[in-house]
Amino acid sequence: MKQPGGGASRSTRSARSAGSASVPRRPRAPAVVRHALLRWIVLALAVAVWQLVARAHGSVYFPPPAEIARHAHALWFSGPARHVFLTDAAVADILPSLGRMTAGFALAAVVGIALGVAVGRSRRAYALCNPVLQFARAVPPPALVPVFVVIFDFGTPMQIASIVFSAVWPVLINTAEGARDTDPLRLEVAAVLRLTPAERLGFLVLPSALPRIFAGLRLSLSLSLILMVFSELLPGTANGIGFTLTDAQSRSDLLTVWAALVLLGALGYLLNTGLLAVEKRLVGRGRTPTV
Amino acid sequence: MLRLDTVGQHYGDHQVLHDITLTVPGGQLLCVVGPSGCGKSTLLRTVAGLLPAYDGTITLDGAPVRGVPDNLAVVFQDYARSLYPWLTVRENVALPLRRRGLPRAERRAEADRILAQVGLTDTARRHPWQLSGGMQQRVAIARALVCRPSLLLMDEPFGSLDAQTREDLEDLLLEVHRTDGVTIVFVTHDIDESVYLGDRVVVLSQGPGAKVVLDLPVELPGSRDQITTRGLAEFVALRSEVGRAVRKR
Repeated sequence: MKQPGGGASRSTRSARSAGSASVPRRPRAPAVVRHALLRWIVLALAVAVWQLVARAHGSVYFPPPAEIARHAHALWFSGPARHVFLTDAAVADILPSLGRMTAGFALAAVVGIALGVAVGRSRRAYALCNPVLQFARAVPPPALVPVFVVIFDFGTPMQIASIVFSAVWPVLINTAEGARDTDPLRLEVAAVLRLTPAERLGFLVLPSALPRIFAGLRLSLSLSLILMVFSELLPGTANGIGFTLTDAQSRSDLLTVWAALVLLGALGYLLNTGLLAVEKRLVGRGRTPTV
Repeated sequence: MLRLDTVGQHYGDHQVLHDITLTVPGGQLLCVVGPSGCGKSTLLRTVAGLLPAYDGTITLDGAPVRGVPDNLAVVFQDYARSLYPWLTVRENVALPLRRRGLPRAERRAEADRILAQVGLTDTARRHPWQLSGGMQQRVAIARALVCRPSLLLMDEPFGSLDAQTREDLEDLLLEVHRTDGVTIVFVTHDIDESVYLGDRVVVLSQGPGAKVVLDLPVELPGSRDQITTRGLAEFVALRSEVGRAVRKR
């Protein structure tokens, strides 16, 4: 096994001495590894300490992480391969939660961007709406949930409405600010090029507001997750991760409570990572650091 | 043909331009010079229809200017801001062609043709900020020319470029003017540049209420050269005359 490895490194070295463009490639790999190590080492250490302390104490309230992971796996991820290894419990609880969250977040994003551009591009609309927006944003979103319970009764419409009405504000306000800050010279250019309003929106206002829009979307995403869980905690809900949480708590099933918490943390991380990847693709393109 | 008749412009109570009457025949390259802050840019923006509330009348090819005319293009000084950084060079140049309803392939071909004309090949797929300042301003010129305007307005377009690049672009502009025959109004504060480029130089007085204090035809050989033209006795004489008019209060 050693021979091919040695041969490969020798050929890289000869390529390097030949002055090829792949020179910076080799030192980069360990840097990536080092970076990944740095990112994960604190978490790994924390989990290890948690495991050791929990094992040593044997408290029922603080089960060791290995046990939580085993439990989560048995509960949700030990299903048949044709269900992507999801168990019936996962299909019954995780998927509805994610579905409601996705629907709520998507709706909030669309409405927030559309209204944000309208408010941001019209000075009058901005003056009229800004106080209302600031007020609406200042209301703690979970406080609105009882209102939606009254309007929609329990169930998916109430939960989606709760998510939308909390997640829409950061997108709306950031989009409005971004659209309002469109460079005046670039607007003059658009006028001179006689772009139609739709072209001006698509080629100037939205691209230049994009970093702000994504700042809003990231806030909205975490609010969506919070409101998703919160709206499922209320009595009267029948499924979802939040429901699993309260249900397990009422049965003193601490292991499931912990598993649900870990699952929520992992979901939040994955969703945010996904959004960042989209942002990097869209915003990273065609931008100077100074613009 | 561009005609300005007793044109005035003001910001509130502040009179910027006063009683400007000018006729620019089709195909002329007119340079507008004046001290800093005299209202050159305001004049240009007014002609471009970006400041529609002006006094007097402006007509372009016989049609009064109310809002941005269809057959007009502008090159701004600040190329980094005037180009859209999220679009590639080709997309920037092809952007004004959308309005003409050309199919995508033709827009691209037309953009590439005009990019070649301004000396930019192999940059179509890059982004403006990946290019040098001079190349970016070439892209802006290409974008202005792509719709074959009858009037090209340029607002100190080479003001922030280094001397060498600036001379290259001056010669490029002269060549474009010679081949396309577009009417050009070129605003600059550089006296040498105005004499070198212009068929005619107009000097504005120090504001407020700037007006035309000198209207001078430039009778230099049509084919100009950075070294020999600038060394001609006529060039030096014209430059002195423009310089005196600019300094006069």
